[in-house]
Amino acid sequence: MTAPTVDNSELRTLLRQVDPRRHRTDRIMRVLIIGAFVIAMLPLVSVSWTVLVNGIERFNMYFLTHSMRGVFGGMDAGGIYHAIIGTLEITLFATLISVPIGLLAAIYLVEYGRGQLARWVTFFVDVMTGIPSIVAGLFAYALFAVILGPGIRMGAVGSVALSVLMIPVVVRSCEEMLRLVPNELREAALALGVPRWLVVIKVVLRTAIAGIGTGITLAIARVIGETAPLLITVGVIDSINFNLFEGRMMTLPVYVYRQYSQGLVPCTPGATDCIATINYDRAWAAALTLILIVMLLNLVGRLITRFFAPKNLG
Amino acid sequence: MTSTQSPPTPTQSPTLAPAPVRRRRTRVVDRGASRLFRWTATAAGALILLVLVAVAAFLVLRAWPALATPAAELTEKVSWMGDATSLLDFVGPLIFGTILAAALALVIATPIALGIALFTSHYAPRRLASGLGYLVDLLAAIPSVVYGLWGGLVLAPMVKPIWAWLNEYLGFIPLFGGTVSPTARVLMTVGIVLAVMILPIITAVSREVFLQTPRLHEEAALALGATRWEMIRVAVLPFARSGIVSAAMLGLGRALGETMAVLMILSPGFLYSFHLLEAGQQQTIAANIAAQFPEANPLGVSALIATGLALFVITLIVNMAARAIVARRKDFSGAN
Repeated sequence: MTAPTVDNSELRTLLRQVDPRRHRTDRIMRVLIIGAFVIAMLPLVSVSWTVLVNGIERFNMYFLTHSMRGVFGGMDAGGIYHAIIGTLEITLFATLISVPIGLLAAIYLVEYGRGQLARWVTFFVDVMTGIPSIVAGLFAYALFAVILGPGIRMGAVGSVALSVLMIPVVVRSCEEMLRLVPNELREAALALGVPRWLVVIKVVLRTAIAGIGTGITLAIARVIGETAPLLITVGVIDSINFNLFEGRMMTLPVYVYRQYSQGLVPCTPGATDCIATINYDRAWAAALTLILIVMLLNLVGRLITRFFAPKNLG
Repeated sequence: MTSTQSPPTPTQSPTLAPAPVRRRRTRVVDRGASRLFRWTATAAGALILLVLVAVAAFLVLRAWPALATPAAELTEKVSWMGDATSLLDFVGPLIFGTILAAALALVIATPIALGIALFTSHYAPRRLASGLGYLVDLLAAIPSVVYGLWGGLVLAPMVKPIWAWLNEYLGFIPLFGGTVSPTARVLMTVGIVLAVMILPIITAVSREVFLQTPRLHEEAALALGATRWEMIRVAVLPFARSGIVSAAMLGLGRALGETMAVLMILSPGFLYSFHLLEAGQQQTIAANIAAQFPEANPLGVSALIATGLALFVITLIVNMAARAIVARRKDFSGAN
């Protein structure tokens, strides 16, 4: 936007006077465009502020290390330990499923992909990023209902649902990173007689490892907040369940939803151990935890690139 | 290039062995581990297509009981179908509600997103632009359930007086008509939250396109005396038109499938109603599934999966159309 610089400021004012309407339009559009940005910042500020203010009150060690077992009514107790366990296990398993598939598919697209199949994969990976999360949940439910019989609720089903959402993100980001690896490196290794698969693993992947790490971390950050698929595949529970392959599990997003939907507690007037807004308080504190986890993952993702870039590996 | 030793050719005599003989080799032949690796990678690529097919197949499989059951039996056994006389009769209002909510979100979000995209691509100082873009991306990092919580407990009380005002003075417009809800748990509030949620994707895609505008076009416009806005109008926007359309469609796809914000804010109803400020009028497919699924009987689950299939087909069409436009742009635009 290097506007022609006019030294003569008189000329400029003269030109401006010729057609004030055009300049008015220009100024109005500038205000509108900057205004659009400001408007978009309002919800961001409002969401972060309210979550922080409402959540910080209950966000303590007790909250993080206790489950909801035996907590009822307006009791001033209960925490999210069981939900944190569930979220970590389910997301980790989803990552274990998605990363090998996603990474190999990205390698296929970059190193081997020619012709119709590659074009289709590229196109449908993009389409897959738009699958609604609830449909992914229904798919995982239907898949396990066919294999293990209907009505099944366990953590692994949720992991499968999440990995349907995660695979396209992993493919996309890994593909981008692999394409950044200079072709000269591949050619040099091949010229030395290194077999193709070792070139990919030892040269291409090693060069791109930082970017791949970032991509995977950001993909985890994207799916860790998913609620709907977990709500219908994993269900809700009040106590701790470490077993991914048996029984319901609680997860952080679902915990937030569950507390929110339980609403205000009808307290009898004068009751000492009863807080009317306890469910909302817990929901806010859990939301704060969730946002902190997501932000932490985002931060880690960015730091990986900084510290594990090829030039730092020596 | 593992195959360094070539098959002996009949023309090769022992005395001429060191001479450089040009051999026919049309393509690289992988051997052993290399071939295995290539096949594994290709299989992973194919698996992705397979997953998409499997999603459709399993949904159809599980939805079949509901699709095949006679309407009368279905309404009898599935409690939450209400007055609907058939599955189609039940899905209709849901599809209507889904599309209405998504369209509302799109109408709110698109102008703002384009403004942000233009701001970061053509107005903000270069050094700030990427940082400001990152701020917008942060909107996408916030989990949907947090938006739902915020929408239900913070936004709804905040917009209540505004909706009442709209209803009182602009109530003659059908969209704002009806009896205004005292809790503001209405589609209008949902539309705003959905708009916030789809802002980042529309912004990201359209900003990418704006940045691709040929510099010469922009500078030519400026050289002819255009103001900055005129330059954008004559050089940037025409160039980016198809990109903007596909960005909006991607946003639409997101809004169609969004569950939690709708589930946590909207007070649902099953009507073909345009009253955005009235409670208990509309419901979306995704929110309905999440709300009914935990307590549904086998036939009910099947009916819900049938509605999910409808949602899948709608979003698939929208996304494929959007991606096809982007892909065609890439092939034919003058940018590359």
